[in-house]
Amino acid sequence: MQIKFTLNHQPVTLEADPSMRAIDLLREHCGLTGPKEGCSTGECGACAVWINGVTRLSCLMLAAQLQGQSVVTVEGVNPDSPDTLHPVQEAFVNCGAVQCGYCTPGMIMTAAQLLACERTPSRERIREAISGNLCRCTGYHKIVDAVEAAAQAMDREIS
Amino acid sequence: MKTLSFIEDIGRRSPRFDAPDKARGKEKFASDLYPENLLWAGALRAGIPHGEIRSIIVDRALSMAGVHAVLTRKDVPGPNRQGFVYWDMPVLCGKKVRHAGDAVALVIAETREILAKALESIQVDISPLPVVDSIDAALSDQAPKVHDLTTGNLLKAATITKGDPAVLATCDILLEEYFSTPVQEHAYLETENGVARLDKEGILHLIVSTQAPFRDRLEIARALGLDPGKIHITAPYLGGGFGGKDGATVQCLLALAALHAKGRPVKMWWDREESMVAGYKRHAARMHYCLGAKKDGELVALKCEIDYDTGAYAHLGVEIMALGLEHAAGPYRIPNMEAKGRCIYTNNPIAGAFRGFGVAQVSFAFEGMMDRLALKLNMDPLALRRKNALIRGDKNCADITMTHSTGMAECLLRLADHYLWTDRGKWVAAAPRFKRRGVGISAVFNGMGYGHGLPDYAVAKVRLTQSGTIRVYNGVSDMGQGNASTFVQMAVEILCQDRENMELVQPDTDRTHPSGSSSAGRTTYTYGNALIKACTALRDKLCNRAALMLLMDDARGFAMVPGAVRHLATGKEISLAALAAIMHPEDRLCVADHLMVTTPEMPQGGEAFSLGFPHLIYPFAAHLARVEVDELTGGVCVKDYLAFTDGGRVLNPQTFEQQVQGAVAQGIGYALCEAVQTTQSLISTRDLSTYILPTSLDLPDIQSHCVETIEHSGPFGMKGIGEVGLNGPLPAIGSALIHAGLPMNRAPFTPERILAALQGQADKKKEPPCR
Ligand code: FES
Ligand code: FES
Repeated sequence: MQIKFTLNHQPVTLEADPSMRAIDLLREHCGLTGPKEGCSTGECGACAVWINGVTRLSCLMLAAQLQGQSVVTVEGVNPDSPDTLHPVQEAFVNCGAVQCGYCTPGMIMTAAQLLACERTPSRERIREAISGNLCRCTGYHKIVDAVEAAAQAMDREIS
Repeated sequence: MKTLSFIEDIGRRSPRFDAPDKARGKEKFASDLYPENLLWAGALRAGIPHGEIRSIIVDRALSMAGVHAVLTRKDVPGPNRQGFVYWDMPVLCGKKVRHAGDAVALVIAETREILAKALESIQVDISPLPVVDSIDAALSDQAPKVHDLTTGNLLKAATITKGDPAVLATCDILLEEYFSTPVQEHAYLETENGVARLDKEGILHLIVSTQAPFRDRLEIARALGLDPGKIHITAPYLGGGFGGKDGATVQCLLALAALHAKGRPVKMWWDREESMVAGYKRHAARMHYCLGAKKDGELVALKCEIDYDTGAYAHLGVEIMALGLEHAAGPYRIPNMEAKGRCIYTNNPIAGAFRGFGVAQVSFAFEGMMDRLALKLNMDPLALRRKNALIRGDKNCADITMTHSTGMAECLLRLADHYLWTDRGKWVAAAPRFKRRGVGISAVFNGMGYGHGLPDYAVAKVRLTQSGTIRVYNGVSDMGQGNASTFVQMAVEILCQDRENMELVQPDTDRTHPSGSSSAGRTTYTYGNALIKACTALRDKLCNRAALMLLMDDARGFAMVPGAVRHLATGKEISLAALAAIMHPEDRLCVADHLMVTTPEMPQGGEAFSLGFPHLIYPFAAHLARVEVDELTGGVCVKDYLAFTDGGRVLNPQTFEQQVQGAVAQGIGYALCEAVQTTQSLISTRDLSTYILPTSLDLPDIQSHCVETIEHSGPFGMKGIGEVGLNGPLPAIGSALIHAGLPMNRAPFTPERILAALQGQADKKKEPPCR
């Protein structure tokens, strides 16, 4: 079937099997391998993308569900200046929140969405928000540091 | 991102070179590759832990549209054997299956959906054999043999002796305990995968998520009877490894598939369940400890017996057991020891290399003994450890003289001063109702490098490119620990360049040189030492060539500056691009190698191990855990965590902390919730909702401090700390629990076990007495 949606702020029309999973459509057909597959069962959060601004797990969605939606992957989190990093990405880099990097895109989507809703979340609140995203490398400490740092940087920009 | 305008030299807290692309989602892991026109390959798993294959009927699968090939044992061209030291693992099983994850057929199909259907349609008839599902079952007289060994299911037994262990009987204090540790899953987020293609010239190209591309090449060649010179392997950044991607996962299967794909690329990607069923795990261990000490706490003798369940195949099980014996009595000065080890085959999932390599298990036992001794003597557990801690010049429990950096005592000293320790009494007393608190510590170490018998070497290569950039050719996989980034930092330090002028090539058997596996805390150490030599040679060469161009007599008085070589006295400069233009490409390249030193000492009984034993250099660590137990639910929560680590000189505090925090997190999981469950050798924890990994809510902030010694043999004074951090949490949490009145002998400390302990039921199974 024909699927029309907005992908990273650009309209796209694709011919795809509607029963295909959204993650496969994004990774294999659209070449966006930012969303990772760590479990296929909704347990790890590595495949997180935004659907209409809300974080969703693309391994649990079908391609047909993207019809008419706005989809953003980690490749599109910084639409205004694609060559620079989003403050959350920059904080992940600077705070050492990236090790193997396989959880990173999903973490960044979750964290950026949190900061879109809350300006200065506490460490506890950050831990709660990212608790659906597994990371096997970092022990989360520096990820929490990074989200805190990003919150401060974004708060400064706003005020 | 803002341009980083400073030189990110050694010692600086620098963001990692690989981080920006990973944060952008741009970095291509092996699993991100979908070459045009690709086929999918998948293995059919036995599903039965022990049995004889009667028939495999593939006709239905073969007749399905979109199925390209269905391969079985008879299609494997070579000897069909994989493994490190013991080549005991078939690529595809022909006669016998030894664990439920054994591969019995390989399918190549047009799509993943067709692949799944084809795999389902294969009819395998396996007549079951009695299942060897535990160490006891394996060692019983009637046990069926997993392999055809004259020693039954005993793969290897060894005894390491130091001094006169018989003095144990005459000690003032004698303690005896049994401990056991679970099977742990690596659970890297990127499961095992790769792509392969056979080109027109007959070269087999593989891009694999692997810790050891150079060894893979030899292994594929051997198993499939191919010419290693015609195998080309690339190892992009890995989405985690921790030891589980050291050894054959998809490699031989993929190579075999590519041989039957008529030149089309083939992709194989295990899903989480397959990764759990077929992937490697940490060895379960059971340990019997008898410790003797003087009344003042001085350690006198240890006798211990340690059994490792290696599952269906050896992998590095014997070497893992060797490290267990080498570290059996902890980082302490103990004059007498007898450590007996056995590595045993069962039909359980395959155990293999995993961060903490055999030492994670014994750390629980020897530190458990130290806490029990402290309680018995009514002595401060930290003071007891300090009293016995190894210092330079001592011989460790395996009779190896501590001639290199030895920061154990210093780690404990720093811990003793920390408020989390000094304030512990107050904190414990302030426990809320129905909560019980404890503060525990552990002292651990972990031999670094391959050890005696397996040369630990690396060959580094660095080039001034045509355009004037510096390119480092990394020969050791980066599974996430950041060695590649540290290599750039080293080159930056020596060649005085901006990060923007640096390029990095990841391991590639055509472009980089064999430098061993990413493992054993050796990665940065060994390749780094080689890289320092290569970069120094390149620097000297560039100064020399600049002198020629600027008509100076020689290279004295020249120095490298960002983007150029400068004559300091005159201020004359020649840019690296200009220099590159006049140099022959071969002249712009420097290659150097390094071989890690090993100890000439061989402990009594150590000859039993052909390789990987003993070690010369050890990183050390002292950990502290503040633990709160819910008396109603049995839940254990780690409230604060603290680690002091001696890793020699710290090259980048950020990556140092990353390694410690990550290892501690994995260690806390090992202590509290992670355990692969099997019934009759069949795994029941097959996904991430039954195998529980710690989430961000389950872990505290992890404070990591370095205790800087100088490891004179290491690059810029460092030694590898990738492993040691994992050994601390299980004993530290166990220590906290015992000081809260809950002695635990079995890990993980699940709510059920804690509740039992709270009700005063001893956490002990009847085990056989000392052999
Ligand atoms: S891949 Fe979607 S949650 Fe794990
Ligand atoms: S950085 Fe490796 S899983 Fe998070």
